[in-house]
Amino acid sequence: MKILGFIIQKEFKQIFRNKGMLPIIFIMPFIQLIILSNAATFDIKNIKFSYIDNDHTSFSRALINKFEASKYFHVLTDFPSEQLANSAMLNGDVDIILEIPNHFERDLQKEKHINLRVTINAIDGAAAGVESVYINQIIKSYNKDIGLKLMQPNDLQITALNIETIPSFWYNKTLNYKTFMVPGILVLLVTMITLFLSGMNIVREKEIGTLEQINVTPIKKSQFIIGKLFPFWVIGLGLLSIGLLIAKVLFDVPIIGNLALMYLYTSIYILVILGIGLFISNFTETQQQAMFISWFFMVIFILMSGLFTPIESMPKWAQMITEFNPIKYFVQVMRMVMLKGSGINDILPQLSKTILFAFIMNGLAIWSYKKTN
Amino acid sequence: MSISVNKINKSYKNVQALKDISFDVKPGELFGIIGPDGAGKTTLFRVLTTLLIPDSGNATVSNFDIITDFKSIRNSVGYMPGKFSLYQDLTVEENLNFFANIFKTSIQENYDLIKDIYVQIEPFKNRRAGKLSGGMKQKLALCCALIHKPTVLFLDEPTTGVDPVSRKEFWNMLKRLQLTGLTILVSTPYMDEAALCDRIAFIQNGSILEIDTPNAILNHFSKKIYNISADNMYQLIESLKAYEHTYSAYPFGECIHYSDKRTDLKINELYEFLKLKGLDHIIIDQTKPSIEDTFMALAN
Repeated sequence: MKILGFIIQKEFKQIFRNKGMLPIIFIMPFIQLIILSNAATFDIKNIKFSYIDNDHTSFSRALINKFEASKYFHVLTDFPSEQLANSAMLNGDVDIILEIPNHFERDLQKEKHINLRVTINAIDGAAAGVESVYINQIIKSYNKDIGLKLMQPNDLQITALNIETIPSFWYNKTLNYKTFMVPGILVLLVTMITLFLSGMNIVREKEIGTLEQINVTPIKKSQFIIGKLFPFWVIGLGLLSIGLLIAKVLFDVPIIGNLALMYLYTSIYILVILGIGLFISNFTETQQQAMFISWFFMVIFILMSGLFTPIESMPKWAQMITEFNPIKYFVQVMRMVMLKGSGINDILPQLSKTILFAFIMNGLAIWSYKKTN
Repeated sequence: MSISVNKINKSYKNVQALKDISFDVKPGELFGIIGPDGAGKTTLFRVLTTLLIPDSGNATVSNFDIITDFKSIRNSVGYMPGKFSLYQDLTVEENLNFFANIFKTSIQENYDLIKDIYVQIEPFKNRRAGKLSGGMKQKLALCCALIHKPTVLFLDEPTTGVDPVSRKEFWNMLKRLQLTGLTILVSTPYMDEAALCDRIAFIQNGSILEIDTPNAILNHFSKKIYNISADNMYQLIESLKAYEHTYSAYPFGECIHYSDKRTDLKINELYEFLKLKGLDHIIIDQTKPSIEDTFMALAN
């Protein structure tokens, strides 16, 4: 027990003297949370909108005005022909082309029905979908305005039946994207730093040769491993605290759930990550190798965690893979506890799987440690 | 016996690093393992310090078996690897304290053992180990290996890359340590250091060529050695190798060490032969064989 204390003490000294590690631990969290939370947003603004008005009537102008009034659209140009509009789209100057047909006003008044053609640049499929929804909403509201204007006494019975939906957004009332992202980025932060640092730290002893010296001493392997990993467990929890503080103070993200529950889950989760770090360091010889392998897993874990893209929209086989992704559960738990105030019973499935992972990863790590050294 | 090695074999994938190595080291002896790079010295040290398990054979260190009793060995030996392997980002004092602590002792407790060496680095005790000079690092490493009062000290090429003055100083330290009753096993590629050991073992390509005291080894060498120099050294060695009576000829410092197959070499005859080969300023004189000459003869 005393020896363990000496190893931990030595480890902390080394961490705080390492000019590479310190900035990673203390500056990266701020930068990531502050920059990423603001930048990684799915709100689509400043859509480059253009139109071809073949009608030039008060009706067509009213429709254009609707778009101009929207804060999402940046109305750029009025193209005289479809050809010019298409080449502008090809150049990437415009995202959307709305074509108002000839006799728009006349047909609308006469037949009460008209087709508008909208062309959307769909290279970014998700963005195109959102843009399409915005356009539909604007046209719908235009429809309503125009309907009132065109209404004739005998239409009254028909138009009375109009179903409207008024959504109420739970857990994130204003649909603030940051509320959704901040807990996720917090997860990213805790995971990345603990994985990279723990993986690199043990390999470092191998690389410098100190491991050989340590192996000739009576230090037990378990003492050595625990002594090496414990500081990063503490640092991980420290990062969570810094992150939660930034989330609360800077982004005003609601923290509804139980803080103790968050810490309980995180403390178990970090064990999984440390196990992965140790496992990687057992199969590498230099810090560089450890770093590359950690990155490889990190990128896959992040992209398949549901942090940026919903897991529900992944193909079935990919969803199966995400079952083995510890980051996925951490993202879920953080969002559930922070935003919904979930209790221990609600996160039980995630918690039990994480505990299972912790046992498997650390078991594998210790097994391979004995085998390779 | 302090160290007893019996028919140790160790192979890496396709190299046999140690072949049937056997030797004994008496308590309090300064025993040298002498051999060129790649001879298997480090592998032997790693086996004896329980870092590697041999393929076959057995060995004991301080009467503890290296396989079944490895824990006891780790408590009672000091090991200084060839590569500096202390924590570069900890200070001199912190390194020493750390190694003392993990052996459940303290600097004060065994201070008399390291005192001679430690006083030389004490002025720098708050300096980080990575910032020390080569000689200082080596002294610190020796202190760390001694701090728990080991019964056997393993030094793997302690003087490689160290300047001649520090080397001499280091060997003086070893001699003083030996007086405390410590058994020391030291490896080195430098033949001149061999003479400073009580006994030496020549090792090459994983096999031990000879084990004896340095003097006895010198006496084994039966041939006469001649120092030869001339104006064109390259042509000289080529000519000597072409000479029909040559037993061996190899560069030694600024001269060539030559030995003859016959017992009665006529210096004039050799002189004429070299003259004929177009060499000038030829000097030939007899010299005393050194440990290196013995090794060269054994390695042939």
